[in-house]
Amino acid sequence: MKQLVNAFLAVMIAAFALMYLGAWMNKSEGYSGGNTLTIYNWGDYIDPELLTQFQKETGITVIYQTFDSNEAMLTKIEQGGTNFDLVVPSDYAIAKMKEENLLLQLDHSKLPNLSHIDPRFMSLSFDEGNRYSVPYFWGTVGIIYNPELTHGLTFKSWNDLWDSRLKNNILLLDGAREVMGMALNSLHYSLNDTSEEHLQGALKKLNALSPNVKAIVGDEIKMLLANEEAAVGLVWSGDAAEIMDENDKLDYVVPEEGSNVWADNLVIPRSAANVEGAYKFINFMLRPEVAAQNAEYVGYSTPNKDALALLPEDISGDERFYPPKAITDKLEVYDNLGKRMLAHYNELFLKFKMNND
Amino acid sequence: MTSKAKQVYLIPYYLWIALFVIAPVLLILYYSLFDLNGKLTLSNYANFFAPVYLKMTLSSFWYAFLITVFSLLVAYPAAWLLTRTKHKQLWLLLIILPTWINLLLKTYAFIGIFGTFGPVNSILDVLGIGEKQILFTGFSFVFVSVYIFIPFMILPIFSALEDLNPTLLSAARDLGASGWTTFRRVVFPLTVSGVRSGCMAVFIPALSLFMITRLIAGNRVITLGTAIEQHFLVTQDWGMGSTVAVFLIVVMALVMVLAGGRKGARNGK
Repeated sequence: MKQLVNAFLAVMIAAFALMYLGAWMNKSEGYSGGNTLTIYNWGDYIDPELLTQFQKETGITVIYQTFDSNEAMLTKIEQGGTNFDLVVPSDYAIAKMKEENLLLQLDHSKLPNLSHIDPRFMSLSFDEGNRYSVPYFWGTVGIIYNPELTHGLTFKSWNDLWDSRLKNNILLLDGAREVMGMALNSLHYSLNDTSEEHLQGALKKLNALSPNVKAIVGDEIKMLLANEEAAVGLVWSGDAAEIMDENDKLDYVVPEEGSNVWADNLVIPRSAANVEGAYKFINFMLRPEVAAQNAEYVGYSTPNKDALALLPEDISGDERFYPPKAITDKLEVYDNLGKRMLAHYNELFLKFKMNND
Repeated sequence: MTSKAKQVYLIPYYLWIALFVIAPVLLILYYSLFDLNGKLTLSNYANFFAPVYLKMTLSSFWYAFLITVFSLLVAYPAAWLLTRTKHKQLWLLLIILPTWINLLLKTYAFIGIFGTFGPVNSILDVLGIGEKQILFTGFSFVFVSVYIFIPFMILPIFSALEDLNPTLLSAARDLGASGWTTFRRVVFPLTVSGVRSGCMAVFIPALSLFMITRLIAGNRVITLGTAIEQHFLVTQDWGMGSTVAVFLIVVMALVMVLAGGRKGARNGK
């Protein structure tokens, strides 16, 4: 018994010592004062040098936390108890957060640098008039392929994926909207289509793709494609850029029928503690030279037209990531179809997955 | 010590059970009665008996069964060997050690090992069998799951074997029983309780595996666990997700009762 009490005491003392040490370390790094800005962003989605620069300019200490899916981020913010000052959700997540009244309406007079954003990326369907969000990065969904492994096939149309020579050679993203959207696009429907007939047609078309599908995976798709585990993948353009960085044999294409254009945006949640700091940070990130440096580091496409002008020609001229108008006109944003339709999309996607074995 | 004083000591335990076992199960039951629009309904249960979920249930059970059988086939001889070794504690530690490593890390390692250019395929190539697709198949799913669950099967069997009185083995040999007969008539019946708890420790979690189905099986194996994850994180259809969870809980309870019931009957004999 005495031994047990001693052990218990030792653990308690150790815990308190660690707590004190932690508090002391936070204080020494300036985390305890009111002058902090908590940012909640995707992993590896900002140039860390810019955070340092922002701290130097404004004296605001940035606390940077990351998430890996909109859903995980949403769950955390919906449950409350967090005080993030700035979050970077994607389009449909913003529509949802707006509905649930989680976002602070933006005062545009505090964001003079908003004028640098290309009007094409303003006032998108998920946030008319940008009342809640400021574009951060954008991209597309497309096909990445390895010409050495595709038997000379190249890709112009989504329908090229159904070629029998690609048997067991395609990796798909594990996302209902992406996969269903691809099937709908291949049938020349909108990727926000809600007609039951069209959706059933898309499912039938997907089932026909089954023999070519090697696996339906998550983030691992980047590693698998870079390792040449499969010849073709359905990916987001940002992931494609990362994969091509690792393995330059691969190439990315946005098919001619059109595809999805997505946008990640800066928003201020209602629960933010340092709203002024958040405005300062958004303005800072909108500065053309800052946005350009960030785009060069992250590798995604910047919606900041003045930053684009500052980028080297081999980035800004790359039509795979900054496609010409003929293609961008055919790109669509995922609309928030409502819970019921989203559940239906997922059900169809599940049926396709079950058909797979 | 009076029995009343003993009751007081049990209070924290009861609180724990109420808060972290009973309350969550009731919450799941409660959520399963609501549809997407927050209306009180039994439609989730009706949906569950649609072909998609029935097929999924069947495949979950089939794979959980395979995983349990193969774990047992590996674990029983291993546990037997363990009881014969000199440094039992060391070997036991080596078997438990991998469970300290995060499940995801181990799973990720297998992506590399089983990949097209991974070591397994290189060996197959050298042996002249040629490259095979191992990753994203039912085989790789069962293999990795068995690898992960083996310690949970070995431990109960090992302790049952440890409790086995060695004189019984000598007696069986003296009476002329062959090795196989000894195992069948003496060793196995006496260790069946260990086998039973091992099987339960493997079968029940194997029913609701989810990360491995995506990472190793590339969603070619869909289990009920995958469906729950999808409903909670992607569709936000907590009602349907809870319904699947309720079904799993009922099945697990049934498995426990069936396995436990037989044990009770035997003890009563």
